[in-house]
Amino acid sequence: METVLKIFRGDGTAGAFRDYTVPLQPGMVVLDAVHWVQAHQASDLACRWNCKAGRCGSCSAEVNGKPRLMCMTRMDHFPPGEAITLAPMKAFPVLKDLVCDVSWNYGVNRRIPAFRPRPPEPDGTWRMQQDDIDRVQEFRKCIECFLCQDVCHVLRDHDRKDQFAGPRFLVRLAGLEMHPLDAASRTAHLKEEAGIGFCNITKCCTEVCPESIHITDNAIIPLKERVVDDFYDPLRRLWRRLRGTS
Amino acid sequence: MVAVPDELRRTGFAATERRDAWWVAPLLQGTVLAVLITYANWAALQNANYRWGGYLSPLYSPLITISWLPLPPSLLILLPPVLFRATCYYYRKAYYRSYFLDPPACAVGELRGNRYRGETAFPLVLQNLHRYLFYITFLYLPFLWSDVVHATSFGGSFGVGIGTLVILANTTALTLYSFSCHSARHLIGGSLDCFSCSAGARARHAAWKGASVLNARHMLFAWVSFFTVCSADLYVRLVASGVIHDIRLL
Ligand code: SF4
Ligand code: SF4
Ligand code: FES
Ligand code: FES
Repeated sequence: METVLKIFRGDGTAGAFRDYTVPLQPGMVVLDAVHWVQAHQASDLACRWNCKAGRCGSCSAEVNGKPRLMCMTRMDHFPPGEAITLAPMKAFPVLKDLVCDVSWNYGVNRRIPAFRPRPPEPDGTWRMQQDDIDRVQEFRKCIECFLCQDVCHVLRDHDRKDQFAGPRFLVRLAGLEMHPLDAASRTAHLKEEAGIGFCNITKCCTEVCPESIHITDNAIIPLKERVVDDFYDPLRRLWRRLRGTS
Repeated sequence: MVAVPDELRRTGFAATERRDAWWVAPLLQGTVLAVLITYANWAALQNANYRWGGYLSPLYSPLITISWLPLPPSLLILLPPVLFRATCYYYRKAYYRSYFLDPPACAVGELRGNRYRGETAFPLVLQNLHRYLFYITFLYLPFLWSDVVHATSFGGSFGVGIGTLVILANTTALTLYSFSCHSARHLIGGSLDCFSCSAGARARHAAWKGASVLNARHMLFAWVSFFTVCSADLYVRLVASGVIHDIRLL
Protein backbone atom coordinates (compact mmCIF):
# COMPACT_ATOMS: atom_id res chain seq x y z
CA MET A 1 0.00 0.00 0.00
CA GLU A 2 1.21 3.45 -0.88
CA THR A 3 -0.05 6.94 -0.36
CA VAL A 4 0.77 10.35 -1.77
CA LEU A 5 1.94 13.18 0.47
CA LYS A 6 1.53 16.68 -0.93
CA ILE A 7 4.19 18.54 1.00
CA PHE A 8 4.75 22.27 0.92
CA ARG A 9 8.25 23.04 -0.31
CA GLY A 10 9.46 26.59 -0.17
CA ASP A 11 10.34 29.46 2.08
CA GLY A 12 9.06 32.87 3.05
CA THR A 13 9.14 34.17 -0.51
CA ALA A 14 7.86 31.37 -2.72
CA GLY A 15 6.82 27.76 -2.65
CA ALA A 16 4.50 25.06 -3.91
CA PHE A 17 3.06 21.70 -2.93
CA ARG A 18 5.02 18.71 -4.31
CA ASP A 19 3.86 15.11 -4.46
CA TYR A 20 5.79 12.27 -2.79
CA THR A 21 4.70 8.64 -2.92
CA VAL A 22 5.34 6.85 0.36
CA PRO A 23 4.93 3.12 1.23
CA LEU A 24 2.58 2.63 4.18
CA GLN A 25 3.63 0.60 7.24
CA PRO A 26 1.36 -0.58 10.06
CA GLY A 27 1.22 1.99 12.88
CA MET A 28 2.90 4.65 10.76
CA VAL A 29 2.43 8.30 11.74
CA VAL A 30 2.72 11.35 9.47
CA LEU A 31 6.17 12.16 10.89
CA ASP A 32 7.37 8.66 9.88
CA ALA A 33 6.19 9.36 6.35
CA VAL A 34 8.04 12.68 6.31
CA HIS A 35 11.18 10.92 7.52
CA TRP A 36 10.76 8.36 4.76
CA VAL A 37 10.59 11.17 2.20
CA GLN A 38 13.72 12.73 3.71
CA ALA A 39 15.56 9.42 3.59
CA HIS A 40 14.55 8.36 0.08
CA GLN A 41 13.35 11.27 -2.02
CA ALA A 42 14.20 14.70 -0.65
CA SER A 43 17.10 14.89 1.76
CA ASP A 44 16.74 18.69 1.85
CA LEU A 45 13.14 18.56 3.17
CA ALA A 46 13.05 20.61 6.39
CA CYS A 47 10.91 19.58 9.35
CA ARG A 48 11.26 20.10 13.09
CA TRP A 49 10.91 17.24 15.56
CA ASN A 50 12.48 15.91 18.72
CA CYS A 51 10.60 13.35 20.74
CA LYS A 52 8.21 11.58 18.36
CA ALA A 53 6.01 11.08 21.40
CA GLY A 54 3.81 14.17 21.57
CA ARG A 55 5.94 15.64 24.35
CA CYS A 56 8.22 18.27 22.86
CA GLY A 57 5.73 20.21 20.76
CA SER A 58 8.16 20.60 17.84
CA CYS A 59 6.44 18.79 14.98
CA SER A 60 3.40 21.06 14.59
CA ALA A 61 2.05 21.36 11.06
CA GLU A 62 -1.22 21.40 9.14
CA VAL A 63 -2.33 17.99 7.96
CA ASN A 64 -5.17 18.21 5.47
CA GLY A 65 -5.69 21.77 6.68
CA LYS A 66 -5.96 20.90 10.37
CA PRO A 67 -3.30 21.95 12.88
CA ARG A 68 -1.82 18.74 14.34
CA LEU A 69 1.30 17.17 15.78
CA MET A 70 2.77 15.08 12.94
CA CYS A 71 4.10 12.51 15.39
CA MET A 72 0.66 11.90 16.92
CA THR A 73 -1.28 11.68 13.66
CA ARG A 74 -1.56 8.15 12.34
CA MET A 75 -1.59 7.57 8.60
CA ASP A 76 -4.52 5.15 8.93
CA HIS A 77 -6.56 8.10 10.24
CA PHE A 78 -6.98 9.16 6.59
CA PRO A 79 -9.01 7.39 3.90
CA PRO A 80 -6.75 5.03 1.91
CA GLY A 81 -5.88 6.15 -1.59
CA GLU A 82 -6.39 9.86 -0.90
CA ALA A 83 -3.43 12.22 -1.01
CA ILE A 84 -2.54 13.87 2.31
CA THR A 85 -1.68 17.58 2.33
CA LEU A 86 1.12 18.70 4.64
CA ALA A 87 1.77 22.39 5.18
CA PRO A 88 3.59 24.51 7.76
CA MET A 89 1.54 26.47 10.30
CA LYS A 90 -0.14 29.38 8.56
CA ALA A 91 -0.01 31.89 11.38
CA PHE A 92 3.79 32.11 11.42
CA PRO A 93 6.42 33.03 8.82
CA VAL A 94 7.80 30.03 6.94
CA LEU A 95 11.54 29.51 7.24
CA LYS A 96 11.74 26.44 5.02
CA ASP A 97 9.24 23.74 4.02
CA LEU A 98 7.49 22.63 7.20
CA VAL A 99 9.53 24.80 9.56
CA CYS A 100 8.14 28.09 10.84
CA ASP A 101 9.66 30.98 12.73
CA VAL A 102 7.76 30.91 16.03
CA SER A 103 10.06 33.39 17.82
CA TRP A 104 7.25 35.97 18.17
CA ASN A 105 5.83 33.70 20.85
CA TYR A 106 8.95 33.92 22.99
CA GLY A 107 8.72 37.73 23.00
CA VAL A 108 5.11 37.54 24.18
CA ASN A 109 6.15 35.15 26.93
CA ARG A 110 8.93 37.42 28.18
CA ARG A 111 6.50 40.31 28.70
CA ILE A 112 4.22 38.36 31.06
CA PRO A 113 4.62 39.66 34.66
CA ALA A 114 6.61 37.00 36.51
CA PHE A 115 5.46 34.91 39.46
CA ARG A 116 5.62 37.00 42.66
CA PRO A 117 5.26 34.86 45.80
CA ARG A 118 3.30 36.17 48.74
CA PRO A 119 5.26 36.59 52.01
CA PRO A 120 6.31 33.26 53.51
CA GLU A 121 4.71 31.75 56.60
CA PRO A 122 6.34 32.37 60.02
CA ASP A 123 8.60 29.35 59.61
CA GLY A 124 9.92 30.84 56.38
CA THR A 125 8.22 28.37 54.05
CA TRP A 126 5.27 28.36 51.69
CA ARG A 127 2.58 25.68 51.79
CA MET A 128 -0.05 24.83 49.22
CA GLN A 129 -2.80 22.22 49.30
CA GLN A 130 -3.47 19.88 46.40
CA ASP A 131 -6.97 21.36 46.15
CA ASP A 132 -5.42 24.75 45.45
CA ILE A 133 -3.24 23.63 42.60
CA ASP A 134 -5.41 21.05 40.82
CA ARG A 135 -6.78 23.85 38.70
CA VAL A 136 -3.41 25.29 37.63
CA GLN A 137 -1.86 21.89 37.02
CA GLU A 138 -4.04 21.51 33.93
CA PHE A 139 -2.28 24.54 32.45
CA ARG A 140 1.15 23.05 33.15
CA LYS A 141 0.42 20.25 30.68
CA CYS A 142 1.12 22.68 27.83
CA ILE A 143 3.94 21.47 25.54
CA GLU A 144 4.21 24.79 23.67
CA CYS A 145 3.37 23.29 20.33
CA PHE A 146 1.69 26.59 19.32
CA LEU A 147 -1.06 24.76 17.45
CA CYS A 148 -3.58 26.86 19.37
CA GLN A 149 -1.76 30.03 18.32
CA ASP A 150 -1.83 28.79 14.72
CA VAL A 151 -5.55 28.06 14.62
CA CYS A 152 -6.67 31.17 16.52
CA HIS A 153 -8.39 33.39 13.97
CA VAL A 154 -7.25 36.56 15.79
CA LEU A 155 -3.65 35.69 14.89
CA ARG A 156 -4.23 33.58 11.79
CA ASP A 157 -6.77 35.69 9.88
CA HIS A 158 -6.64 39.08 11.58
CA ASP A 159 -2.90 39.05 12.23
CA ARG A 160 -3.21 40.91 15.55
CA LYS A 161 0.15 39.81 16.88
CA ASP A 162 0.78 43.34 18.09
CA GLN A 163 -2.40 43.37 20.21
CA PHE A 164 -3.18 39.79 21.22
CA ALA A 165 -1.03 37.30 23.13
CA GLY A 166 -2.92 34.25 21.85
CA PRO A 167 -4.39 31.25 23.69
CA ARG A 168 -1.07 29.65 24.68
CA PHE A 169 -0.13 32.70 26.71
CA LEU A 170 -3.59 33.14 28.15
CA VAL A 171 -3.12 29.60 29.46
CA ARG A 172 0.21 30.60 30.99
CA LEU A 173 -1.32 33.76 32.45
CA ALA A 174 -4.14 31.69 33.94
CA GLY A 175 -1.59 29.41 35.61
CA LEU A 176 0.06 32.41 37.25
CA GLU A 177 -3.08 34.39 38.00
CA MET A 178 -4.83 31.48 39.74
CA HIS A 179 -1.72 30.30 41.58
CA PRO A 180 -2.41 30.11 45.33
CA LEU A 181 0.98 31.58 46.26
CA ASP A 182 1.17 34.34 43.69
CA ALA A 183 0.55 37.87 44.91
CA ALA A 184 0.68 39.81 41.61
CA SER A 185 -2.37 40.92 39.64
CA ARG A 186 -2.21 40.51 35.89
CA THR A 187 -5.67 41.76 34.96
CA ALA A 188 -4.33 45.07 33.58
CA HIS A 189 -1.79 43.13 31.52
CA LEU A 190 -4.55 40.79 30.33
CA LYS A 191 -6.77 43.64 29.25
CA GLU A 192 -4.20 45.92 27.67
CA GLU A 193 -1.14 44.04 26.55
CA ALA A 194 -2.45 40.48 26.17
CA GLY A 195 -5.65 41.84 24.57
CA ILE A 196 -7.96 39.21 26.04
CA GLY A 197 -10.96 41.12 24.64
CA PHE A 198 -9.88 40.13 21.12
CA CYS A 199 -10.70 36.50 21.91
CA ASN A 200 -14.29 35.85 20.92
CA ILE A 201 -14.32 32.46 22.68
CA THR A 202 -14.97 30.50 19.50
CA LYS A 203 -12.93 27.61 20.94
CA CYS A 204 -10.75 26.57 18.00
CA CYS A 205 -7.76 26.59 20.35
CA THR A 206 -9.47 24.03 22.58
CA GLU A 207 -10.34 21.88 19.56
CA VAL A 208 -6.72 21.52 18.43
CA CYS A 209 -4.86 21.31 21.76
CA PRO A 210 -3.02 17.93 21.77
CA GLU A 211 -2.87 18.06 25.58
CA SER A 212 -6.67 18.44 25.79
CA ILE A 213 -6.34 21.56 27.92
CA HIS A 214 -9.76 23.21 28.25
CA ILE A 215 -8.19 26.45 27.08
CA THR A 216 -11.39 28.44 26.61
CA ASP A 217 -13.52 27.14 29.47
CA ASN A 218 -10.87 26.82 32.16
CA ALA A 219 -8.34 29.52 31.28
CA ILE A 220 -9.73 32.23 28.99
CA ILE A 221 -13.29 32.60 30.27
CA PRO A 222 -12.26 32.63 33.97
CA LEU A 223 -9.63 35.24 33.08
CA LYS A 224 -12.25 37.30 31.20
CA GLU A 225 -14.38 37.18 34.35
CA ARG A 226 -11.44 38.42 36.43
CA VAL A 227 -10.91 41.29 33.99
CA VAL A 228 -14.63 42.11 34.31
CA ASP A 229 -14.20 42.19 38.11
CA ASP A 230 -11.46 44.79 37.85
CA PHE A 231 -12.49 46.86 34.83
CA TYR A 232 -16.09 46.44 33.66
CA ASP A 233 -18.31 45.60 36.63
CA PRO A 234 -19.98 48.91 37.63
CA LEU A 235 -21.09 47.73 41.08
CA ARG A 236 -17.63 46.50 41.98
CA ARG A 237 -16.20 49.79 40.77
CA LEU A 238 -18.63 51.67 42.99
CA TRP A 239 -17.80 49.41 45.91
CA ARG A 240 -14.07 50.01 45.44
CA ARG A 241 -14.66 53.73 45.27
CA LEU A 242 -16.75 53.70 48.47
CA ARG A 243 -14.04 51.76 50.27
CA GLY A 244 -11.37 54.01 48.80
CA THR A 245 -9.49 51.08 47.28
CA SER A 246 -9.73 52.02 43.61
CA MET B 1 2.46 40.97 7.81
CA VAL B 2 3.02 37.27 8.05
CA ALA B 3 5.51 36.18 5.47
CA VAL B 4 3.71 33.16 4.09
CA PRO B 5 3.94 32.45 0.37
CA ASP B 6 0.80 33.13 -1.65
CA GLU B 7 0.69 29.55 -2.84
CA LEU B 8 0.22 28.47 0.73
CA ARG B 9 -1.82 31.25 2.24
CA ARG B 10 -5.03 31.27 0.28
CA THR B 11 -6.89 34.03 2.04
CA GLY B 12 -10.47 35.13 1.85
CA PHE B 13 -13.76 33.67 2.81
CA ALA B 14 -13.84 29.88 3.21
CA ALA B 15 -10.21 29.45 2.12
CA THR B 16 -8.94 26.25 3.69
CA GLU B 17 -7.08 23.02 3.02
CA ARG B 18 -9.56 21.14 5.18
CA ARG B 19 -11.23 18.27 3.33
CA ASP B 20 -14.02 17.49 5.75
CA ALA B 21 -17.50 19.03 5.52
CA TRP B 22 -16.56 21.87 7.92
CA TRP B 23 -19.60 23.90 6.86
CA VAL B 24 -22.18 21.35 8.10
CA ALA B 25 -21.86 22.17 11.82
CA PRO B 26 -22.16 25.99 11.55
CA LEU B 27 -24.97 25.67 9.01
CA LEU B 28 -26.94 23.21 11.11
CA GLN B 29 -26.32 25.12 14.31
CA GLY B 30 -27.30 28.45 12.70
CA THR B 31 -30.46 26.98 11.19
CA VAL B 32 -31.67 25.30 14.38
CA LEU B 33 -30.92 28.44 16.39
CA ALA B 34 -32.83 30.58 13.88
CA VAL B 35 -35.84 28.24 14.03
CA LEU B 36 -35.90 28.33 17.85
CA ILE B 37 -35.48 32.13 17.97
CA THR B 38 -38.24 32.63 15.37
CA TYR B 39 -40.62 30.32 17.22
CA ALA B 40 -39.95 32.00 20.60
CA ASN B 41 -40.55 35.47 19.11
CA TRP B 42 -43.71 34.38 17.35
CA ALA B 43 -45.06 32.73 20.49
CA ALA B 44 -44.21 35.73 22.68
CA LEU B 45 -46.09 38.02 20.30
CA GLN B 46 -49.28 35.92 20.30
CA ASN B 47 -50.36 37.06 23.76
CA ALA B 48 -52.97 34.28 23.78
CA ASN B 49 -53.19 30.55 24.50
CA TYR B 50 -50.30 30.66 26.95
CA ARG B 51 -52.29 29.24 29.83
CA TRP B 52 -54.46 26.18 30.41
CA GLY B 53 -55.65 25.16 33.86
CA GLY B 54 -52.55 25.14 36.09
CA TYR B 55 -50.22 25.13 33.08
CA LEU B 56 -48.38 28.32 32.13
CA SER B 57 -46.07 28.71 29.15
CA PRO B 58 -42.49 29.49 30.33
CA LEU B 59 -42.35 32.28 27.75
CA TYR B 60 -45.00 34.09 29.81
CA SER B 61 -43.60 33.38 33.28
CA PRO B 62 -43.75 35.19 35.66
CA LEU B 63 -47.17 36.20 34.43
CA ILE B 64 -47.80 39.92 34.41
CA THR B 65 -50.77 41.56 32.78
CA ILE B 66 -50.58 45.26 32.03
CA SER B 67 -53.60 46.27 29.98
CA TRP B 68 -52.36 49.71 28.92
CA LEU B 69 -49.07 48.43 27.53
CA PRO B 70 -48.98 48.69 23.71
CA LEU B 71 -46.83 45.52 23.49
CA PRO B 72 -47.58 42.06 24.85
CA PRO B 73 -46.12 41.96 28.42
CA SER B 74 -44.38 38.71 27.52
CA LEU B 75 -41.91 40.75 25.51
CA LEU B 76 -40.91 42.64 28.66
CA ILE B 77 -40.67 39.44 30.67
CA LEU B 78 -38.56 37.83 28.00
CA LEU B 79 -36.06 40.64 27.65
CA PRO B 80 -33.69 39.57 30.50
CA PRO B 81 -33.65 35.86 29.51
CA VAL B 82 -33.11 36.83 25.87
CA LEU B 83 -30.19 39.07 26.80
CA PHE B 84 -28.90 36.36 29.17
CA ARG B 85 -28.73 33.95 26.24
CA ALA B 86 -27.44 36.58 23.82
CA THR B 87 -24.47 37.30 26.11
CA CYS B 88 -23.95 33.66 27.19
CA TYR B 89 -20.41 32.51 26.52
CA TYR B 90 -21.68 29.42 24.72
CA TYR B 91 -24.20 31.17 22.49
CA ARG B 92 -21.59 33.80 21.68
CA LYS B 93 -19.39 31.04 20.29
CA ALA B 94 -22.35 29.66 18.34
CA TYR B 95 -23.45 32.89 16.70
CA TYR B 96 -19.96 34.29 16.13
CA ARG B 97 -19.31 31.13 14.15
CA SER B 98 -22.67 30.61 12.42
CA TYR B 99 -23.83 34.19 11.83
CA PHE B 100 -20.75 36.43 12.03
CA LEU B 101 -18.64 33.72 10.34
CA ASP B 102 -15.84 34.89 12.57
CA PRO B 103 -14.52 32.22 12.03
CA PRO B 104 -17.06 29.98 10.19
CA ALA B 105 -15.00 26.97 11.35
CA CYS B 106 -11.50 26.36 12.65
CA ALA B 107 -8.71 26.99 10.13
CA VAL B 108 -11.21 28.27 7.57
CA GLY B 109 -10.84 31.78 6.12
CA GLU B 110 -13.09 34.66 7.16
CA LEU B 111 -14.99 37.48 5.53
CA ARG B 112 -13.66 40.34 7.59
CA GLY B 113 -10.11 41.56 7.48
CA ASN B 114 -8.62 44.48 9.35
CA ARG B 115 -11.73 45.76 11.10
CA TYR B 116 -11.84 42.98 13.66
CA ARG B 117 -12.14 44.30 17.23
CA GLY B 118 -13.36 41.15 18.99
CA GLU B 119 -15.05 42.09 22.24
CA THR B 120 -12.91 45.15 22.87
CA ALA B 121 -15.22 47.83 21.43
CA PHE B 122 -18.87 48.85 21.56
CA PRO B 123 -21.28 47.09 21.24
CA LEU B 124 -19.62 43.72 21.87
CA VAL B 125 -17.69 45.03 24.87
CA LEU B 126 -21.07 44.94 26.63
CA GLN B 127 -20.83 41.14 26.64
CA ASN B 128 -18.73 41.75 29.74
CA LEU B 129 -21.93 42.51 31.66
CA HIS B 130 -23.23 38.96 31.25
CA ARG B 131 -23.10 38.41 35.03
CA TYR B 132 -25.80 41.04 35.58
CA LEU B 133 -28.15 39.12 33.35
CA PHE B 134 -27.33 36.03 35.36
CA TYR B 135 -28.31 37.91 38.54
CA ILE B 136 -31.63 39.01 37.02
CA THR B 137 -32.62 35.72 35.39
CA PHE B 138 -31.68 33.86 38.55
CA LEU B 139 -34.69 35.60 40.13
CA TYR B 140 -36.91 33.89 37.55
CA LEU B 141 -36.12 30.42 38.87
CA PRO B 142 -38.43 30.54 41.94
CA PHE B 143 -41.28 31.60 39.64
CA LEU B 144 -40.53 28.76 37.25
CA TRP B 145 -40.50 26.25 40.10
CA SER B 146 -43.79 27.63 41.39
CA ASP B 147 -45.15 27.08 37.85
CA VAL B 148 -44.24 23.40 38.29
CA VAL B 149 -46.23 23.30 41.54
CA HIS B 150 -49.19 25.00 39.84
CA ALA B 151 -48.97 22.50 37.01
CA THR B 152 -49.82 19.75 39.51
CA SER B 153 -53.08 21.41 40.40
CA PHE B 154 -56.15 20.25 38.50
CA GLY B 155 -59.23 22.13 39.71
CA GLY B 156 -57.85 22.27 43.23
CA SER B 157 -56.75 18.64 43.49
CA PHE B 158 -53.29 17.18 42.92
CA GLY B 159 -52.59 15.57 39.60
CA VAL B 160 -49.93 14.98 36.98
CA GLY B 161 -50.49 15.37 33.28
CA ILE B 162 -48.14 15.28 30.30
CA GLY B 163 -48.06 19.07 30.62
CA THR B 164 -46.81 18.80 34.22
CA LEU B 165 -43.89 16.68 33.04
CA VAL B 166 -43.13 19.00 30.13
CA ILE B 167 -43.08 22.01 32.47
CA LEU B 168 -41.01 20.15 35.07
CA ALA B 169 -38.48 19.10 32.42
CA ASN B 170 -38.20 22.67 31.22
CA THR B 171 -37.69 24.17 34.67
CA THR B 172 -35.07 21.53 35.44
CA ALA B 173 -33.26 22.29 32.18
CA LEU B 174 -33.36 26.05 32.83
CA THR B 175 -32.06 25.56 36.38
CA LEU B 176 -29.16 23.44 35.11
CA TYR B 177 -28.46 26.01 32.39
CA SER B 178 -28.32 28.84 34.98
CA PHE B 179 -26.15 26.96 37.46
CA SER B 180 -23.72 25.89 34.75
CA CYS B 181 -23.15 29.50 33.64
CA HIS B 182 -19.51 30.60 33.45
CA SER B 183 -20.23 33.81 35.37
CA ALA B 184 -21.95 31.77 38.09
CA ARG B 185 -18.92 29.48 38.29
CA HIS B 186 -16.69 32.52 38.74
CA LEU B 187 -18.99 34.07 41.31
CA ILE B 188 -19.37 30.86 43.30
CA GLY B 189 -15.65 30.28 43.75
CA GLY B 190 -13.67 30.68 40.53
CA SER B 191 -12.50 34.14 41.54
CA LEU B 192 -10.53 32.74 44.50
CA ASP B 193 -6.82 31.97 44.20
CA CYS B 194 -6.59 29.98 47.40
CA PHE B 195 -9.30 27.43 48.02
CA SER B 196 -7.95 26.21 51.36
CA CYS B 197 -7.17 29.49 53.09
CA SER B 198 -10.37 29.83 55.13
CA ALA B 199 -13.52 27.92 56.01
CA GLY B 200 -15.49 30.20 53.66
CA ALA B 201 -13.03 29.51 50.83
CA ARG B 202 -13.30 25.77 51.42
CA ALA B 203 -17.10 25.94 51.20
CA ARG B 204 -16.86 27.98 48.00
CA HIS B 205 -14.37 25.47 46.61
CA ALA B 206 -16.89 22.67 47.13
CA ALA B 207 -19.56 24.76 45.39
CA TRP B 208 -17.12 25.63 42.58
CA LYS B 209 -16.35 21.96 42.01
CA GLY B 210 -20.08 21.29 41.63
CA ALA B 211 -20.50 24.28 39.31
CA SER B 212 -17.52 23.02 37.27
CA VAL B 213 -19.18 19.64 36.74
CA LEU B 214 -22.28 21.40 35.43
CA ASN B 215 -20.23 23.96 33.52
CA ALA B 216 -18.55 21.22 31.48
CA ARG B 217 -22.04 20.47 30.10
CA HIS B 218 -23.10 24.08 29.59
CA MET B 219 -23.47 23.68 25.83
CA LEU B 220 -25.76 20.69 26.34
CA PHE B 221 -27.92 22.58 28.85
CA ALA B 222 -28.01 25.62 26.54
CA TRP B 223 -29.50 23.57 23.72
CA VAL B 224 -31.74 21.34 25.81
CA SER B 225 -33.21 24.28 27.72
CA PHE B 226 -33.95 26.22 24.52
CA PHE B 227 -35.73 23.16 23.13
CA THR B 228 -37.68 22.58 26.34
CA VAL B 229 -38.76 26.24 26.58
CA CYS B 230 -40.15 26.11 23.05
CA SER B 231 -41.69 22.67 23.50
CA ALA B 232 -43.34 23.60 26.82
CA ASP B 233 -44.83 26.70 25.18
CA LEU B 234 -45.96 24.68 22.17
CA TYR B 235 -47.57 22.04 24.37
CA VAL B 236 -49.50 24.56 26.48
CA ARG B 237 -50.44 26.46 23.30
CA LEU B 238 -51.79 23.36 21.56
CA VAL B 239 -53.76 22.28 24.63
CA ALA B 240 -55.09 25.81 25.30
CA SER B 241 -56.19 26.25 21.70
CA GLY B 242 -57.91 22.85 21.70
CA VAL B 243 -55.73 21.27 19.03
CA ILE B 244 -54.70 18.45 21.40
CA HIS B 245 -55.98 17.24 24.77
CA ASP B 246 -53.77 16.97 27.81
CA ILE B 247 -53.38 13.41 29.07
CA ARG B 248 -53.76 12.98 32.82
CA LEU B 249 -51.30 10.47 34.16
CA LEU B 250 -52.21 10.68 37.84
S1 SF4 C 1 -11.28 30.85 21.73
FE1 SF4 C 1 -10.21 32.82 21.65
S2 SF4 C 1 -8.05 32.32 21.85
FE2 SF4 C 1 -9.13 30.41 21.36
S3 SF4 C 1 -8.98 30.27 19.13
FE3 SF4 C 1 -10.91 31.29 19.58
S4 SF4 C 1 -10.47 33.49 19.54
FE4 SF4 C 1 -8.49 32.42 19.67
S1 SF4 D 1 -2.16 25.12 25.06
FE1 SF4 D 1 -2.27 23.16 23.96
S2 SF4 D 1 -2.27 23.74 21.78
FE2 SF4 D 1 -1.58 25.53 22.94
S3 SF4 D 1 0.62 25.44 22.92
FE3 SF4 D 1 -0.06 24.42 24.82
S4 SF4 D 1 -0.26 22.26 24.28
FE4 SF4 D 1 -0.12 23.38 22.35
S1 FES E 1 8.13 15.27 17.77
FE1 FES E 1 7.79 15.95 19.82
S2 FES E 1 5.73 16.42 19.78
FE2 FES E 1 6.00 15.57 17.84
S1 FES F 1 -25.43 31.43 30.57
FE1 FES F 1 -23.93 30.65 29.25
S2 FES F 1 -22.16 31.43 30.17
FE2 FES F 1 -23.66 32.31 31.44
